[in-house]
Amino acid sequence: MLFRGLFNQWNEIEFFRFSNVLSFVSLGAIAMSIILFLIIGLNYGIDFRGGTMFMVSTPEKIKVSDIRNTLGGSNLGDISISETTDPLEKLSAGTLANNNSIFIIKVEKIKGFDVEAMVKSLLQDREPNIKFLQIESVGSKVSSELVRNGMLAVFFAVISVLVYIWLRFEWQFALGAIVALIHDVILTIGVFSILRYEFNLSIVAALLTIIGYSLNDTVVVFDRVRENLRHFKSMALPKVLNMSINNTFSRTIMTSVTTLLALFALYLVGGDVIRGFTFAMIWGVLVGTYSSIFVAAKILLILDVKRNWEEKDSKAGTQF
Amino acid sequence: MPKLSYFRIALIALICLSALWFASPNFFYSSVDKKLNDPNQTSLWPDFMPSTLIKLGLDLRGGVYMLLEVKTNDVMREKFDFLWADIRRSLVKKRKEIGSIRRIDSSGDQLEIQIGKQENIDFAIKEIEKFNSSTELFSSRWSGSVTREILEISSFENIISITFSDEQRTALEKQVIDQSLEIIRRRVDETGTREPTIQKQGRKRVLVQVPGLGSSEELIALLGKTAKLTFNEVISIDTSSNFPAKIDEVVVGSEENKDLFFLLKKRPVVSGNNLTNAQPSFDENGLPAVSFNFNPSAALKFGNYTRDNIGSPFAIVLDDVVISAPTIRSHIPGGSGIITGNFSVEESNRLAILLRSGALPAEIEVLELRTIGPELGRDSINAGKFAAIVGGILVLVFMWLSYGLFGIFANVALILNIILVMALLSIIGATLTLPGIAGIVLTIGMAVDANVLVFERIKEEIKNNSSIYNAIKVGYEKALSSIVDANVTTMIAAIILFFFGSGPIKGFSVTLGLGIITSVFTALLITRLFIDLYMLFYKPKVLRV
Repeated sequence: MLFRGLFNQWNEIEFFRFSNVLSFVSLGAIAMSIILFLIIGLNYGIDFRGGTMFMVSTPEKIKVSDIRNTLGGSNLGDISISETTDPLEKLSAGTLANNNSIFIIKVEKIKGFDVEAMVKSLLQDREPNIKFLQIESVGSKVSSELVRNGMLAVFFAVISVLVYIWLRFEWQFALGAIVALIHDVILTIGVFSILRYEFNLSIVAALLTIIGYSLNDTVVVFDRVRENLRHFKSMALPKVLNMSINNTFSRTIMTSVTTLLALFALYLVGGDVIRGFTFAMIWGVLVGTYSSIFVAAKILLILDVKRNWEEKDSKAGTQF
Repeated sequence: MPKLSYFRIALIALICLSALWFASPNFFYSSVDKKLNDPNQTSLWPDFMPSTLIKLGLDLRGGVYMLLEVKTNDVMREKFDFLWADIRRSLVKKRKEIGSIRRIDSSGDQLEIQIGKQENIDFAIKEIEKFNSSTELFSSRWSGSVTREILEISSFENIISITFSDEQRTALEKQVIDQSLEIIRRRVDETGTREPTIQKQGRKRVLVQVPGLGSSEELIALLGKTAKLTFNEVISIDTSSNFPAKIDEVVVGSEENKDLFFLLKKRPVVSGNNLTNAQPSFDENGLPAVSFNFNPSAALKFGNYTRDNIGSPFAIVLDDVVISAPTIRSHIPGGSGIITGNFSVEESNRLAILLRSGALPAEIEVLELRTIGPELGRDSINAGKFAAIVGGILVLVFMWLSYGLFGIFANVALILNIILVMALLSIIGATLTLPGIAGIVLTIGMAVDANVLVFERIKEEIKNNSSIYNAIKVGYEKALSSIVDANVTTMIAAIILFFFGSGPIKGFSVTLGLGIITSVFTALLITRLFIDLYMLFYKPKVLRV
């Protein structure tokens, strides 16, 4: 077949040749992400910020400024209006394609849910044929809870995975996997800070899936490292690591490609509602694949795994 | 030579066929849906086939999602108000020993009473403790078990603090929520919507989901009102609210006239809880009104009251506003009556619904409100379906190009995998959301992982000059450890997501979790079966993976 044997030629890559440079790149990217997060911050959706979001469509072509003028006079506080232009969505879907303009309007929460009725009547006066596709209101009490639950979810995911790997491997492996995970999560937050994609509940779900995926990759590499350490007891650690990464490399590429194929399909034709979500996932797969080799394995290299566990402690590192 | 037991083949075939059986209605979604609405249309979908469809989330079918919080503290405050009135009455009689008495708090958490003579505080506490055993006092105001201590009484200097015992507080809270849940359910049912979901969430929240509803306005109008109706004795009427109100009296505004205020007796003669029926109707002038009936005991009370107070006004109070104050013209013995006010037909309809379903025991606050129009839902589902098909085809082609025949084995397993997920979703009644579709698409990408791990291992073994039969056996054995570790970690993420996620996110975790289970099953059992069958019947000399 076409691709058959394509990856077999990559069996002798020296992954650690530029690893020091890449470590600096990773560290720089992490620092940059933290700075971006602190300076620009995330573009929180109403899930986390509270407020009301309207998704409206109008049969006639109107401009963002028209809507801004319509709503501007009232005391609605901070209003953000954006038009979604989405040529591919019109290819895939029917009903919305007939509408000329689709807008997303976000209004600060003031008091009670009167905001909704007010915006509705103002827009209906201006544009009698306007359609309200979606309206979401989240009170501040709930939004702060959602933030807390989101953070707890990420925290518990990281901790439970740490425990699992620690039980199945050695603490050095667990540390390597966790650093890789944190690397992925921070970089994703950095990218969301700079690209201004909305950060909402589904992005937290994406973060958790990224954690799952990144681990998936890391664990496959580690599994092979553990196996090779047992087989080649006298081989130097850097060599064992490099061999293990090479062994699993074609699998790493294959799985990344199939997952990315599915995700790109979702990103391009899956509609606007989950675009941010799929973007986070695509980014996560790329970063996760990178980090399983250049972060997780590199940490193992730095920490130096002890090699004599087989005789002394048969509990650790149980292999099926 | 691989061994093949008939049992293994039969079991796998059985699982696959039953998955296909249970997933089948989803392939003819609109026909089955039509038939579910109208069972007579047998031509659309045969009766002997299963007809359980995957439940679609609100984001896919449109509807209203509402998270409400019941303000149980208000009820607590009301209880303390009644209690204070009773305690005060009994302490006033002992003023000689206790001295002056004063209530010094206003928060809903406790009742604090300051007395004049600190040296006799124990005496005052003893008096108050009598209320602790007075089950009659409390059972009339809230039912439930009041066998234990109700109040916790403590003192500091000359201040006595009274709180409810934890047990009592929890029981009270639970009762308020359960009652609210029931009343919310009745009110939502009155709108005649199909399959609303109303469930308790956490300690004092209620989640209401009404699919198919295009706007939240009607729902808010129905749920936003407590609809507490009382019939109170009028003491006096004035244009200013500066009444010298006594402790058992209350000042209330008027609905019709903003400049009119009523001084009413706090304890109502009868209340809306005693209504047996309420219907929209018209008064003698043809204006919209609501007619009602009392239950027998309230009818008697109401009858006696009207008999004794002919000629004096009488207030009908809804949610702390007087909606009308007619003068009693004659004895009303039958226990039925009519409420007039400035209603529109729509309002009288709504009021009748509210009175029929009963008053909410406490006010409710809308914490979260999401309305998704049916058009957006339809578009999302079309987009999701399209993406799943495109993504699926891309993966299938890529696998075939990479692994040839073995790729086709993996592809058949992948398709079976998706059917398995659909069957499981239908059987367990999980809700499919847009992130849920994303979860399935992600599963498509990741499902092949287990196969890839195995195939790559087999390749390696062949390169190490293993016999092809041995290569397959060892390949599966050695890949197992990686497959388990890789999937357990993703499963951990899915489980945590399920417990911490809300709404649509939960839907994602369900499909992701199911996808992990089915993908391991298909890779380890189904692909393996195909490979074994191929080896057995074609006996290839060279294996090209």
